[in-house]
Amino acid sequence: MELIQQLINGVSLGSIYALIALGYTMVYGIVKLINFAHGDVFMVGSFVGFYSITVLDLSFVPALLIAMSVCALFGVLIERIAYKPLRNATRIAALITAIGVSLLIEYGFIYVRGAQPEAYPNDVLPTDKFDIFGVSVNSQSILIFGVAVVLMIILQIIVHKTKIGKAMRAVSFDADAAKLMGINVNNTISATFAIGSALAGAAGVIFGIYYIKIEPLMGVLPGLKAFVAAVLGGIGIIPGAMVGGLLLGVIEALVSAAGYSLWRDAVAFVVLILILIFMPQGLFGKNKKEKV
Amino acid sequence: MKKKKLAGAFLSLTLAAGMLAGCGGSGSSDKSSGDGDTIKIGVNLELSGGVASYGQSIAEGLELATEEINKEGIDGKKIKLIKVDNKSEASEATSGAIKLTSQDKVAAIVGAATSTNSIAQVQIAQDNKVPVISPSGTSPEITFSKDKLNDYIFRTSFIDPFQGTVAANFATSEIKAKSAAIYIDSASDYSKGLAAAFKEQFEKNGGKIVAEEAYIAKDTDFRSTLTRLKSAKPDFIFLPGYYEEAGLIVKQARETGLDVPFMGGDGWDSPKLVEIAGAKALNNTFITNHYSSGDPDEKIQNFVSAFKAKYKDKSPDAFNALGYDTGYFLADAIKRAGSADPTKIKEALEKTKNLQLVTGTFTLDEKHNPIKSATILEFKEGKQVFNTKINP
Repeated sequence: MELIQQLINGVSLGSIYALIALGYTMVYGIVKLINFAHGDVFMVGSFVGFYSITVLDLSFVPALLIAMSVCALFGVLIERIAYKPLRNATRIAALITAIGVSLLIEYGFIYVRGAQPEAYPNDVLPTDKFDIFGVSVNSQSILIFGVAVVLMIILQIIVHKTKIGKAMRAVSFDADAAKLMGINVNNTISATFAIGSALAGAAGVIFGIYYIKIEPLMGVLPGLKAFVAAVLGGIGIIPGAMVGGLLLGVIEALVSAAGYSLWRDAVAFVVLILILIFMPQGLFGKNKKEKV
Repeated sequence: MKKKKLAGAFLSLTLAAGMLAGCGGSGSSDKSSGDGDTIKIGVNLELSGGVASYGQSIAEGLELATEEINKEGIDGKKIKLIKVDNKSEASEATSGAIKLTSQDKVAAIVGAATSTNSIAQVQIAQDNKVPVISPSGTSPEITFSKDKLNDYIFRTSFIDPFQGTVAANFATSEIKAKSAAIYIDSASDYSKGLAAAFKEQFEKNGGKIVAEEAYIAKDTDFRSTLTRLKSAKPDFIFLPGYYEEAGLIVKQARETGLDVPFMGGDGWDSPKLVEIAGAKALNNTFITNHYSSGDPDEKIQNFVSAFKAKYKDKSPDAFNALGYDTGYFLADAIKRAGSADPTKIKEALEKTKNLQLVTGTFTLDEKHNPIKSATILEFKEGKQVFNTKINP
């Protein structure tokens, strides 16, 4: 029974990683850039959700939508200001810029509102507890998992069934050829940033509701772990990010369950190192059909 | 460069001042600590800066005590407080102590609020032979460091490990717990100190520690570890961390179905705790603290009403109470010493026995730590309610 309980714990945590990892992977797929500011978009989403709920007095769904829209805009803004001028620069220049943007957002945010943590109200979602065969499941974790799954399905539909999705796949496959075919590459890249950031924003709100405490540096560690998840699944591959996120969450839960909770963060990064040594293309790496 | 030079100049000045003070203080400190009918007491507190709220609260309590003591006076003499603001910085606390001992020639110093700033005064006080009482510094290092007693240094508060001992006694005698789990913040000496004392006392009481787990400050997900703790089936969980993580842990524990009592130390004492954990999850949790304004004890209620009368209906917190007690602790010693000579005051302070104060009846042990009761508070629907007092 304890094992099942631990798996549930792991899946809840993993669905948050997966949502953030999707943004990493999509951006990497299309511009070959590790967007290190992505974890901070997640943080901004969490705060936007918090203020929507407390100041504007909104319920969960509108707050989620507002956070996603604000983050989408924010993501596009970051892309246009910081990354677009560097599109033809070396990859290391873009990477360092991404780290700079990340620090700018974190400490700019602290400068504006201070570093003190904030607590999400406890009653945003009902917190009923079910006991199923001795396993206690929280209604919040079910809802959170549900929201994550719904968002991932919507993403799959966008990527595979819409025109913009087709454009994204085309640009990711070969940007120059796509341009020759009349696809607006700049807009497609912006759309990718918008969608990825919106997912990070959603993850931020979910995180706030599930873990209550939010603060300006909260994006750093989940951001890095989501990056590990994206690499684990095979960076650039959407289903890989989902599976990688869930898997990482479960691994972390099992490490704690075995009594090594202090090693949990270390294990996440050991996974990264092992994957890079033995399977640099990630779990889904061989199947290159679904790059975005 | 300019900054470095300035800092260097400042350092050398401080050092020079320290040496001068050291020379002057050793021989001729007696007669000067008060003239005729006043006794000068230095106050070296965090009146501004990061932890200003602690220092200000202590000053309020101390001023109230001084006012009351001066109504009768000590053998006809009145206490005069000379305040120095250490700006919540250790270097300022050191220079404050230098000023108070060499320039003002005080009979004793009250301060500072935090352990670090209290430790910053130790050397100056020892060199000048002026007693220092730290109202709320809880680190054992203040009075006893490097296997040596700092014989001029005293404190009003209990020390960190003591809270662990009290929690263990409470778990055994009031909760009737036979088994307990410990969940500590592995990055905090405070947390480790409390946990070690808890474990020692709980096992001495015949209890069994069934699980020991740790987290690192700033963690947010504790569910996996809590699930593990749940399967160990403890009667009681000791969680000596700070309020940010403690709040999250208690909330997640209740969601995991871990409904046993939790207990922490004064690190839980913040309104943010209730915001994070939620009032419902905090039911059946306890903390040790210095005192409670809801304690029905007559002495405490007299203090609470006197304090409210002076400070516009403000309910006194633990720091107010410690500041107040420090005033009486010192006054009692000066009275018994029969003089304002710092060394005689120090000797009298050491002999303090069964002194009835607001934060407990206390006797000093050989390490200059007061042996006194701690108050247990229980959270009921998000409010701290006085539960009981536990004697060491």
